[in-house]
Amino acid sequence: MESMDDMSKYLLNKFLYTIDRDPQLVERYRADPRGTVTWWEAERANVIMNLPTLEQSTWQKFDDTEREALATHDYVKLFELGAHPFLTLTLCIALFERDYPEPLGFQLEYATRLKHWRLPYPDIAT
Amino acid sequence: MATVAAVIASTHHPFYYRASTSPPETRPPFADAWVSKILAFRETLTHARPDVLVMVGSDHFHQLWLDNMPQFLIGKAPFYDANFYNEEREFGLPRMCLAGHEALSSYLLREGLDAGFDFAFSNELRIDHSVTCPIITLRPQADLPIVPVYTNIFAPPLPQPKRFVELGRLLRRLVEAWPSDERVAIIGTGHLSLELGGPRQFGPHGPDPEFDRKAVEWIANGDINGALREVTLDSLWTPGNATHGFMDFMLMMGVAGDNQRADYVDTLDLFHTMEAYFTWYPNGVDG
Repeated sequence: MESMDDMSKYLLNKFLYTIDRDPQLVERYRADPRGTVTWWEAERANVIMNLPTLEQSTWQKFDDTEREALATHDYVKLFELGAHPFLTLTLCIALFERDYPEPLGFQLEYATRLKHWRLPYPDIAT
Repeated sequence: MATVAAVIASTHHPFYYRASTSPPETRPPFADAWVSKILAFRETLTHARPDVLVMVGSDHFHQLWLDNMPQFLIGKAPFYDANFYNEEREFGLPRMCLAGHEALSSYLLREGLDAGFDFAFSNELRIDHSVTCPIITLRPQADLPIVPVYTNIFAPPLPQPKRFVELGRLLRRLVEAWPSDERVAIIGTGHLSLELGGPRQFGPHGPDPEFDRKAVEWIANGDINGALREVTLDSLWTPGNATHGFMDFMLMMGVAGDNQRADYVDTLDLFHTMEAYFTWYPNGVDG
């Protein structure tokens, strides 16, 4: 079971990573999170970064909790699931910082929404 | 043989570029004090008259990814393009291109492998702010060739802290044995206590000022044993969830040497992290 959990974290991270590095996908995910997650899981989840699409994986998929967390931009849940906090934060800043008038306003709200967490935080190893 | 003209360890704060280049009306209140500290720090590298820079940093999930993650990697390329779209977006960092020093890269790879460090290598590496921040702060003209050395402080499982120290010692030994008359500065950047993407992020200080105080003391005194006694992969979660970047400081302590007091020490308490700047001159200030 442990290894499947870790692989799931890997796929969450892969989603965050591949959206974050593409300006068009960042905007698409902001505007239509559920649709973007559905498209990505069908078309991109199995793509291996350094391989042509001919050589895709065959087994990558989210579980229902993960899919829902991504489809609702639920970064508190992603933290709990062990998604890499740097990836989640970086992408969320791109998505939401613009909605806050104060510098770091979004980042401080993000911290507040995670305030119930004490050490140890969820394991992020993949 | 080559000369290690300076050993420099620094935090790498991606906000510095924007803070120091924005017009006065949009400049944050802490910018001027920060700039003056950086100018003084920069002088410590300028004074060393380096010909080539070995740059130790850590990719932040830019080019290096979880499908193929190296623990320690040396770049060997004639050029390194630098900074990524998400760093332009979030920090306003400029695109850059730095020249490489392929002969020194080849030498470090060959001799490092033979000395028991099984480095990964890259012949086409785009480097990120862990290397470009110290270029911006210490050598903004970006006119010297570099050898990037990347460490994994980011994606567990990570190498042990002692391995970072050993790598630092090895880099020092290899550079000093490099058959060349060039002057080499070895520069590495990491973090003190830092939290990113967690409940303690962006507080009024770094998440653990007590850790920062101890860490600055370890580094300034070259107290490698003291650091190794207290710092473990598990313990580094406590000061903040991104504090494993402190292991790059431990690497630089290994470069500087056991109990070698830094010739230059400065810190700046910013609102969410402690900045820290250290320079050693292994052959004396004018060596």
